[in-house]
Amino acid sequence: MTDASFHFRPINIGRWVVWGGYALVLLVAPSIFSSSLSQTLLSQMGIAIIACLAYNILLGQGGMLSFGHAVYSGLGGFLAIHALNKVGDGSLHLPVSLVPMVGGLAGLFFAALFGFVTTRKSGTTFAMITLGIGELVYSMSLMLPEFFGGEGGVTSNRVVPPATLGITFGPQIQVYYLIALYCFVCTGLMFAFTRTPLGRMLNAVRDNPERVAFIGYDTQRVRWFAFMISGLFAGVAGGLAAINFELATAEVVGAQRSGAYLLFTFLGGSTAFFGPIIGGVLMVLATVVLSELTKAWLLYLGLAFMLMVMYAPAGVAGLVLANLRLAAFGKLKPLLSGYLALLVAGAIAFTGASAMVEMLYHLQLNEALGPVMKFGGVSLDAKGAPAWIGAALLFVVGAVAFEVARRRFRVQWDAAQHDIERELKRREAA
Amino acid sequence: MDQTVINILNGLSSGLLLFMLSSGLTLIFSMMGVLNFAHAGFYMLGAYVGYATSRIVGFWPALAVAPLVVGFLGAVFERACLRRVHRYGNVAELLVTFGLSYLILEVVQVIWGRAPVAFDPPALLAQPAFTLVQSAAAGLSIVFGRADAATCAHAVCSMFPATRAFMMLVALLMLLALWLLLKHTRVGLVIQAALTHPEMAEALGHNVPRVFMLVFGAGCALAGLAGVIGGTTFVTEPAMAGAVGSILFVVVVVGGTGSLVGAFVGSLLIGLLQTVPLTVDKSLVDAASAVGWTVSPDSVAYPLMKLTLAQVAPILPYLLLVLVLIVRPRGLFGTRDD
Repeated sequence: MTDASFHFRPINIGRWVVWGGYALVLLVAPSIFSSSLSQTLLSQMGIAIIACLAYNILLGQGGMLSFGHAVYSGLGGFLAIHALNKVGDGSLHLPVSLVPMVGGLAGLFFAALFGFVTTRKSGTTFAMITLGIGELVYSMSLMLPEFFGGEGGVTSNRVVPPATLGITFGPQIQVYYLIALYCFVCTGLMFAFTRTPLGRMLNAVRDNPERVAFIGYDTQRVRWFAFMISGLFAGVAGGLAAINFELATAEVVGAQRSGAYLLFTFLGGSTAFFGPIIGGVLMVLATVVLSELTKAWLLYLGLAFMLMVMYAPAGVAGLVLANLRLAAFGKLKPLLSGYLALLVAGAIAFTGASAMVEMLYHLQLNEALGPVMKFGGVSLDAKGAPAWIGAALLFVVGAVAFEVARRRFRVQWDAAQHDIERELKRREAA
Repeated sequence: MDQTVINILNGLSSGLLLFMLSSGLTLIFSMMGVLNFAHAGFYMLGAYVGYATSRIVGFWPALAVAPLVVGFLGAVFERACLRRVHRYGNVAELLVTFGLSYLILEVVQVIWGRAPVAFDPPALLAQPAFTLVQSAAAGLSIVFGRADAATCAHAVCSMFPATRAFMMLVALLMLLALWLLLKHTRVGLVIQAALTHPEMAEALGHNVPRVFMLVFGAGCALAGLAGVIGGTTFVTEPAMAGAVGSILFVVVVVGGTGSLVGAFVGSLLIGLLQTVPLTVDKSLVDAASAVGWTVSPDSVAYPLMKLTLAQVAPILPYLLLVLVLIVRPRGLFGTRDD
């Protein structure tokens, strides 16, 4: 933590470097990954980053576990796509680049409306109510085909002549840069929000609502305001998605999408501000790339999520921060060999386990293709004993080695943490 | 009239099935503060385990075996995962059960496939429990089992399936057993003590974590029992968990979190609300014309008004949830207003 006294620093170099680097990554990413697939992925990542950051205003900063946040991004998306259609037929005069703002306003409106009810409660009851609201909106979307387009959804066309400055939004790269711009601005605004009095009160409401109430704040209202801000940014993400896909279906307000926001925000790390950025990237990689690679991706995802909740509740960002702390105290180097051992053992165990899982899925889903399947360049006979015995052996060896490595690593890790604590105490005293 | 009786009975039986689920959920929640997101997953697991065992040993033994298996799995999960995240607080506990719900769904699909399985009730339950005969000559009468064809030839026969009657019977027996267990046995006393004063119960020498594990297992076993019965009455398929999962939370919130009585009343209310409106094929347009207003397709909000009650039935429980939260945020029988 930073110390309590305030230091006036007009130019915060560290902050300039971090934000400049972030902007640079957004700027040059499509030049490095220039295939059309990676452009599509990058666009989706930008959208997912905004959505996960917006979600984390609730989860990480407000301690509110929402199971229905796709409602706000989804309804924002629907309003945006209707606005885009109106822009297309000339009945609404609005540049296409501002259509996501329509989504944002829609998200804000619906978050104000539904949030008024949901934020009356906190904790687990809040979670249940958001789930109920999510189901309500999803069922409504199937009931009102006039607005939601029924099974097929609402389609649109983002190319609206005349082009401004030569930007038609026809090519994917132009859409990417629109998304990147929104992504950068929204990230900046959401970071700024954490520094406002309201953002700080939100942290206080998360940590000790009773005490906040005693000071004289209305905790419900603080939660409600935060909910609206989160809804606004989620709506912007929905509006960008509408422009990107030129399609909005009932799926975008569904429980699956809400679950994905929760899952990946948590995996990325809800305790650090930049965690959801990692989460958004992971979300696109998992839902687009991993789901192409393997049919068992939801199994892997569920397992990874449970392990993360049990062993690393601060997510990937938490792991990064813990190691940065080690590095800052010069304790990282002795641990590297331990990391290597864990990595190798873990990889062996994972290879064995995933080979078995893949064979199981292959037997069930691709019966017609015969029992022989490809697994990472190796042909496996899913009905033969050798493949199963080999995979099981690999898994057992890897698991045992991992456990041994983990115990040794644990001792080293605890010793390093202990040293750091002592060092911190010493500095405090000095 | 006869059809209305059948509809209400259908609603009550659905409500009682919901109660078998929500009672376990409430028990776990009020005791451990854990909202078991995977509860509907255990329900589905119960149906599939029941299906698998009934093919080997028959339906009746499966009715006992499946809840035991599911309860055991639940206890193992509590011991291995839930206890570990307990120190991170309620949100982490909820999240780990959320992850488990993904896992259960995938595992069930891997073992039993993605299509529905044919989990048929045994011969005893495959027939109607009774038939209501509405004839112009003799009025309304009840025939147990199936009415013969001669009677139904010149009368309206409405049947009530035995699976649903059995569902009601089991749920009521379970309610009785649960009440006796909690109020009149030593185990129940310990559970109640651990519920309100865990530290004191522990200080008196009771193993509170083990009580938690057993309660979690028991809650899952109840879900498993509901799964076997629900699986035969409805369809045993991977989507069955999702269909009941969110409704379950509505029941718990409407009834009041942590209240068994609330869970009972909430379950019946939602059960009726889900089934009875399905038979009403009237919309707001009809209501408007009944009081003399004319509504045409050009009117404001016509797409909303033309929806029949049967069409909007799936959202009624959620509307009730919102209404209850506005009027009475603690739920019908809730005591805490947090």
